Amino acid sequence: MKSVTTPISDETIRDLRVGEPVLLNGIMVTGRDAAHKWMIETFVKKTKEPKGDDLQVYDALKNLLNGSVIYHCGPVVAKDAQGEYRFLAAGPTTSIREEPYQADVMKHFNTKGVIGKGGMGAKTLRGCQEVPFVYFHAVGGAASFIAQSVVKVHGVYKMEFGVPEALWVIEVKDFPVVVTMDSQGGSQHAIVEESSKKVLDDLLAKPY
Amino acid sequence: MQPNLTDKILELIRRTSSSLPKDIEDRLRAAVEKEEPGSAARGAMETIVKNIELSREKSTPICQDTGTPIFYVHYPEGWSTRRLREQIRAAMAESTAKSYMRPNAVDAIYDQNSGNNLGGDDFPTIHFEEVDADQPLVIELMLKGGGCENVGRQYSLPANDLGAGRDLAGVRKVVLDAVQKAQGQGCAPGVLGVAIGGDRGTSYAKSKEVLFDKVGTRNENPELAALEERLTEEANQLGIGPMGFGGKTTVIDTKITGLHRLPASYFVTVSYMCWAYRRRKMTVTGDDVTYD
Repeated sequence: MKSVTTPISDETIRDLRVGEPVLLNGIMVTGRDAAHKWMIETFVKKTKEPKGDDLQVYDALKNLLNGSVIYHCGPVVAKDAQGEYRFLAAGPTTSIREEPYQADVMKHFNTKGVIGKGGMGAKTLRGCQEVPFVYFHAVGGAASFIAQSVVKVHGVYKMEFGVPEALWVIEVKDFPVVVTMDSQGGSQHAIVEESSKKVLDDLLAKPY
Repeated sequence: MQPNLTDKILELIRRTSSSLPKDIEDRLRAAVEKEEPGSAARGAMETIVKNIELSREKSTPICQDTGTPIFYVHYPEGWSTRRLREQIRAAMAESTAKSYMRPNAVDAIYDQNSGNNLGGDDFPTIHFEEVDADQPLVIELMLKGGGCENVGRQYSLPANDLGAGRDLAGVRKVVLDAVQKAQGQGCAPGVLGVAIGGDRGTSYAKSKEVLFDKVGTRNENPELAALEERLTEEANQLGIGPMGFGGKTTVIDTKITGLHRLPASYFVTVSYMCWAYRRRKMTVTGDDVTYD
């Protein structure tokens, strides 16, 4: 199986195709609903003034996200006696909620991959081609299993968003994913949606 | 004097979050072999089975989204529901401190996570039902994740865009539509809870209540039982498959229930339960507590 380590080059991204299983390695950052909204409003569209430690976190994120991966994940985290964080359960959350934001975030930070579940829409797929980046699908619900791939928690930003919504900086080893949206316009989700719609139309036309 | 059951309820929460019921696990294991070897769908099912084993062994949450906690408490006449509520809430906060549960209660107005899974009077959700004094106390718990909750749907029939009228033929159409619209986003393969009738609120509640039954149990009305089986079979023809990767198993089972409606209303509500179908029960008879 192909192994991909952050930071990821554009060449590596362009070689990845829908259906390809990949083992991810290296440092990445979790981010979901609150994080995406905050990044867009504060740094991309600048409709909100930075406050608190926003600008320091922004500087850190510019480095962390450049060439790296955003993981749509709200983990269950334990803190041990030494004060070190550890991920106990860390599966993907549904990605489509970030559809309004994702492509703009990826472009702004030059981020090369998103990990999530359920796939994303047309705007994100266009972003995949432009930036370029790919969408990696992890197995939804497989939280204890995936947590084993998280070998170290390096830190956390924006804890005021709450544990699930904070931006956790993690190091992963052999995190299993499948490419379901690539930088050539391919989307497994678009294919399944279209084929299932055809079957549905046939089923609806059948008499009871 | 009614006992303090906080620790026993804590154990119920731990088991529910980390260990799937056998009826669900058996169905998931059977679904592995149905997918093509080497396919993404097969890989997803294999990972799901590994995750079930690992979570049970390590006592860690099956899914990081530990969901909406929904309790149904069947209490013998004479028990204090106020005390039971306090004990359930104490156990919920303790289970969060122990990382059996993720802090999951977010104030929708102020955007603040309470940090302990307690929020207002409605989080966790607790339903009380009185039984005779000589009956045991039974507490049922379901943890329903947000991904699958988000793909639930309610239809007001007739739904002309789907050609769905106010009868079981119409029910069939809207349920299949709900599955197609959900794609893999509810963490397929899932289980469907369908309520026909009621008002918008009772219909949603009932569509979840029916999910407390084991998979494979059929409605006693033969026509509804047949529709349950037909819907599962037809939903799988959609080919959405595990995680929406495309594949054989999209829906594991379907459960339908009915409730009275107003002459003007005909709601059909579909609650989608993800494969991480966390549902457990504890029974208290005197000093004896059992879990299943």
